[in-house]
Amino acid sequence: MSNEGQAADTRPNRRRAIELVQAGMARRRAAERRFRFYSKAAILLGLSFVLLLFVSIVGNGYSAFMQTHVRLDVHLDASRIDPQGTRDPRDLSYANYGALVNASLRELFPRVTGRSEQRTLYQLVSTGADFQLRKMVLDDPELIGSTVSVWVPADDDVDMLIKGHIDRDAPEADRRIKDNQLVWIDQLVQDGRLERRFNATFFIGSDSRDPELAGIWGAVVGSFLTLLITLALSFPVGVAAAIYLEEFAPRNRWTDLIEVNINNLAAVPSIVFGLLGLAVFLNFFNFPRSAPLVGGLVLTLMTLPTIIIASRAALKSVPPSIREAALGIGASPMQTITNHVLPLAIPGMLTGTIIGMAQALGETAPLLMIGMVAFIVDIPASVFDPATVLPVQIFLWADSPERAFVERTSAAIMVLLAFLIAMNALAVILRKRFERRW
Amino acid sequence: MIKPLNVFGDSQVKDAIEVKGTATIPRDVRETVGEARVENPRMSCNNVNVFYGDKQAIRNINLDVGCNEILAMIGPSGCGKTTLLRCLNRMNDTIPGCRVTGEIIMDGHDINAPDIDVVPLRARVSMVFQKPNPFPKSVWENVAFGPRIHGLAASKTDLEEIVVTSLQKAGLWEEVKDRLAEPGTGLSGGQQQRLCIARTIAVEPEVILMDEPCSALDPISTAKIEELMDQLRQQYSICIVTHNMQQAARVSQRTAYFHLGDLIEIGDTRDIFVNPRHQLTEDYITGRFG
Repeated sequence: MSNEGQAADTRPNRRRAIELVQAGMARRRAAERRFRFYSKAAILLGLSFVLLLFVSIVGNGYSAFMQTHVRLDVHLDASRIDPQGTRDPRDLSYANYGALVNASLRELFPRVTGRSEQRTLYQLVSTGADFQLRKMVLDDPELIGSTVSVWVPADDDVDMLIKGHIDRDAPEADRRIKDNQLVWIDQLVQDGRLERRFNATFFIGSDSRDPELAGIWGAVVGSFLTLLITLALSFPVGVAAAIYLEEFAPRNRWTDLIEVNINNLAAVPSIVFGLLGLAVFLNFFNFPRSAPLVGGLVLTLMTLPTIIIASRAALKSVPPSIREAALGIGASPMQTITNHVLPLAIPGMLTGTIIGMAQALGETAPLLMIGMVAFIVDIPASVFDPATVLPVQIFLWADSPERAFVERTSAAIMVLLAFLIAMNALAVILRKRFERRW
Repeated sequence: MIKPLNVFGDSQVKDAIEVKGTATIPRDVRETVGEARVENPRMSCNNVNVFYGDKQAIRNINLDVGCNEILAMIGPSGCGKTTLLRCLNRMNDTIPGCRVTGEIIMDGHDINAPDIDVVPLRARVSMVFQKPNPFPKSVWENVAFGPRIHGLAASKTDLEEIVVTSLQKAGLWEEVKDRLAEPGTGLSGGQQQRLCIARTIAVEPEVILMDEPCSALDPISTAKIEELMDQLRQQYSICIVTHNMQQAARVSQRTAYFHLGDLIEIGDTRDIFVNPRHQLTEDYITGRFG
C-alpha cells in the first residue's frame, strides 16, 4: 500500500492529494451554498405563507372591532311604553320600542312621509336598537317620559357602506343601500349622528342572524366548557394510561397491540370520532345534543392518544438511574413514580397536554356530527346547555350570506388564533420553567 | 478489556500484585476453585443461574456473603459479576426477559420465593450504583427519602438525626452541612457518590451492594470512599464489583473472580492476589487479558 503511494508520488504527471482536494473545493463550496440557499428559501416560503395568512386575516377582520352607530334622540313616551302606569317590568319589556326608534327617525327626517319610503328609512337602524332601549328602560324606569340621546348600532348594510365595502357609484339595483338611503346617511354623517365606535357587542354578544348584533362570547364560553370537559377527562386518563404502559405493563404481544392501536388512534380522521360520538353518546346514551359535555367527550377521544404519546415520551426521558436509585433502597414502584419519576416527567406531560388541548380547541369536524353546529343564541350556562364553539362559529359565519359576516369571520379567527398562541406560549413557558437538569 | 486505571503509580501496583506464577489449574477448567462458603453467612447463593432471554449470563454460582466483610467481585467485562450483584436484591426484576434460577438464602428464606416482597428485601439489601445518581432534589431530601418511605423516623427530630448521622457516616457531613437545601446534583462527583452511600445507609440495610462505585471518580474521591467502606464494614456486609484490581486488593477481605459467567476462583483476597490457583485468575490479575 505505502509502496504504491510512493510510486504514485514519483510519477511526474500525478498531482498530489492536496491539489486534488483544492481542485474539488470550489464544487464542494458551491454545493454547500446551494444547499443553504434551498434551506433558506424553504424557510422564507414558510414564513411568507404565515405572513400572508396573518395579513389577510387581520386585514379582513380588524374592521369588525369597530361598528357604525347612529345617535338617536328617543322620546321614551310614557303612553306608549307603559299606558297603565304600573311600571311593571313585564309590561315594560313587552312594550313596542321599535315604534319609538322609528318615531325618532321620522323626527330626524320629517320630509319622509310615504309608507314604503319610511320603511327604507327604518332599515338604517339595527333591530338591536329596540333591545338596547328596552334594557335601558328596564334598568332605570325613571327614564320613562324623558328624551334620551343614545348611540344605537346601525344596520349592517350601513356599516358596510361606511367601511367602504359597498360601492356608491354602482347602479342602484346592484346596491343594498338605495339612493334615498344614501342621502339620509350623508345627512346623518353631516350632523355628526353617524360614527364608528368600538364594537363591544362582538365580544360580549352571542350568535345572531344580524351581523351587527353577532358576537363570539357564546362560542368562547362553549369552547371553554368543552375544553374543561376534555381536560378533566383526558389528562388523568392519559397520564394514568401512560404511566401504566411505561412503568408497569409487561412487554408482550398485548401491550404491543395496545401501543400500535394508540398510535393508530392518533392518526384517525377527526370526523370519525364525531360519528362515534353521534352513535354512542347521542343515540345510545341519549346525552343532550349540541352540549359541551358531548363535545368534550368526543374531543377527549381525539386528544387522548396525543396525551398518552407525549406522556410516555416524557416518562421515557426520565433517566433510568433515578428509578434504580429509588428501587435500590427499597422504594415501592408507586413511591418511585410519585416521588421521583412524575416530578421529572410532568413538564413534558403538561406540554403534550396543552398541545393536545390547542388541537381540540381548533377542532370542528367531529363537533358538526354531534350537533354543535346549531344556531345558538343563548350563552351556555352549563355543560348540558346547547352551545357552539369558536371554530364552528367561524364555520357558521363563513357560510352566512351577509357581507358584514366576512369581517366578523376573520375577527373570530383572530380571536381563535390569539387563544391558540396563548396556549402554545403557556406550553413553552411551562417547559422552560419546570425543566430540570440532572 | 481496558486495563484498570492505575491510580497509585507503578511501584505500588507491583507491591500490591506480586504474582509468583503459582497457578496450577489449567484454563479450560470451569469448576470453582477455593472456599466459597463461610461460617455464619449473611447471604448464600446456591446454584444460581441467570438468563437474559435465551442467553445464560451466569452459571451455577455458589457463593456466600459473610457478616462484616467486604467481598470483592472482579473479572473482565461481561463476566456476570454485576448480574450476580443485582440478583442479591432482585434488581434484575426490573430487566425484561431476565430469569433467575437457584436459591439465594437470607435468614433461611429464599429471596426469590414467590412470597417474598422485594420492597423489604431491598430495604435490607440496598444498592449503590456505578454512576452517582442522586435524586434531583436537595441533599436533605436525598437522604431523608429512604427513612421516610420506610417509616423509620417517628418524628421530625428522629428524621433529622438519621439524616445527620448518615451523612456523618458517609463522611460527607462536614462538606454539606451548610448546603443541605441545595440540590444533590450540584455536588461534585465524589460527593454525589458519598451522598448516594449516605442515602443507602440511612435505611440501615444489612448488606450494601456496590456496583463499581468509584469508576466515575477521581483518585482522591476514590480514596475517601474506600476509607468509608472500611469503616462501614464494622456494621454491614458489603459486596463490591470493581474493575480496579488494586481497589479489590486494598479494601476487600475475600475476592471472587468471574470469567464468562462462571465463578472461577474465590478465597481470601491475599491468596487470590498472591497465590492464584487457577490459570485464568492469574492471567487476569497479572494483566494478561488486554
